[in-house]
Amino acid sequence: MNKKILLAMALSAAFIGNASAQELNISFTNLTHGNHFTPLLFSAHADDQHIFEINTAASASLQAMAEGGDISGLINDLTALTADISANPAAGLMAPGQSVNFELTTQEINTHLSIAAMILPSNDGFVGLDSLSIPTEAGTYTYYLNGYDAGTEVNDEIINGGAMPGVAGIPADPLGQNGTGASGVTNSENNKNIHIHRGVLGDTDTTGGNSDLDSRVHRWLNPIARLVIEVK
Amino acid sequence: MIKFSSKVFLNAILTGSMILTLSACDLSPKQEYSINITNLTHAQPLSPPVAMLHKKDFSFWSIGNEASEALEIMAEGGDGSGLLALESRNPQYQGTAPLFPGESVEFTLDTRRDRLKNLSIAGMLINTNDAFSGVNGIELLDLEEGQSSVYYAYTYDAGTEFNSELNGTIPGPADGGEGFNAARDDVTSVVTYHGGIVSADDNFTDSTLSGANKFDNPALRIVITAH
Repeated sequence: MNKKILLAMALSAAFIGNASAQELNISFTNLTHGNHFTPLLFSAHADDQHIFEINTAASASLQAMAEGGDISGLINDLTALTADISANPAAGLMAPGQSVNFELTTQEINTHLSIAAMILPSNDGFVGLDSLSIPTEAGTYTYYLNGYDAGTEVNDEIINGGAMPGVAGIPADPLGQNGTGASGVTNSENNKNIHIHRGVLGDTDTTGGNSDLDSRVHRWLNPIARLVIEVK
Repeated sequence: MIKFSSKVFLNAILTGSMILTLSACDLSPKQEYSINITNLTHAQPLSPPVAMLHKKDFSFWSIGNEASEALEIMAEGGDGSGLLALESRNPQYQGTAPLFPGESVEFTLDTRRDRLKNLSIAGMLINTNDAFSGVNGIELLDLEEGQSSVYYAYTYDAGTEFNSELNGTIPGPADGGEGFNAARDDVTSVVTYHGGIVSADDNFTDSTLSGANKFDNPALRIVITAH
């Protein structure tokens, strides 16, 4: 390649980089067989911003999302950062296998994408994406997302309605496949930073046992969500 | 199915032959793909795999949609012939034996049509209730001669049979039980990814499966080479 062509390419790349708003068509799918996602939060933000980072402690807003599905704190944080936000595009709980499709228009400065939603039922599990560099070249891009543990709550697997930050237990199982009366799987959380979720244990005892989750229904394997970004 | 009038068809043949005489080029060269599948699991034989080249808008399954009966039959009992029958004239491959853990199988598919350059592959993890793996409409159009693409296939749940793991419900050698049953009793009735099996070694004493039958993603490696 001669220098002239290289220069022309660099110039056109710079031009594309300076283009103003980017329009993204986003498709997001819950790949699990037995877990819902609470209201999803999508945000495009600057490259040095995060709603969570592996091996760091969760913010209070992230904790509220992971333990109870409440994204209002994260929305406030992101609004203060002039992020572009799509809150709750699936209009409520997202069932196993369900997909949602929506448009997200991003400001020039908001070059990175983050996603979060609680895995229900879980104590503080969430599906997440931390600051993905949004492609700028037109095309369709597919990503697979993993399940994370916020590290803020013991994974006792007891369904007791506990949804507030700092309150032990799991809010509910939208599938209605849970048991009751469990004594609890564990009472310690060894890694208090955000980490890859080890999955749930569950059992097949509907009126006792260690867990209120059903091992045949509520376990998952990564990846747990698919993200498709169409850059126009 | 597109119907040609015999006159148009004749014209097409004539035009084709005329161009052939004017040029040595092959108008629609045969594109051959060799496909190699490896079973990456510990103790989950894959039912005789099936593969097909097809149009972009065809698929064996779709996440979030209910399984067709052909998919259910494959996912519960390992018989993929019904999936191939959905487009019986397409280039296709029917495995003749289960693909055992650690083993590979290789076969070729060819086509002269650019519109048949999406590849799907499916097979059941036979020591499960209704788990299967495979790939869903891989685009081959951009794969150039001599190039290979490697895919790692995840495991799906057909959403047609509850993952009871009970004696008599699993067709593979771990149980020797029932395959296809038209009744649908799963907690989620659409195709999703699979959450894995529990097994008797993991505190589910009624399970007919052992810890040896556990699996994780990915389940298969698929290498496609264009020739």
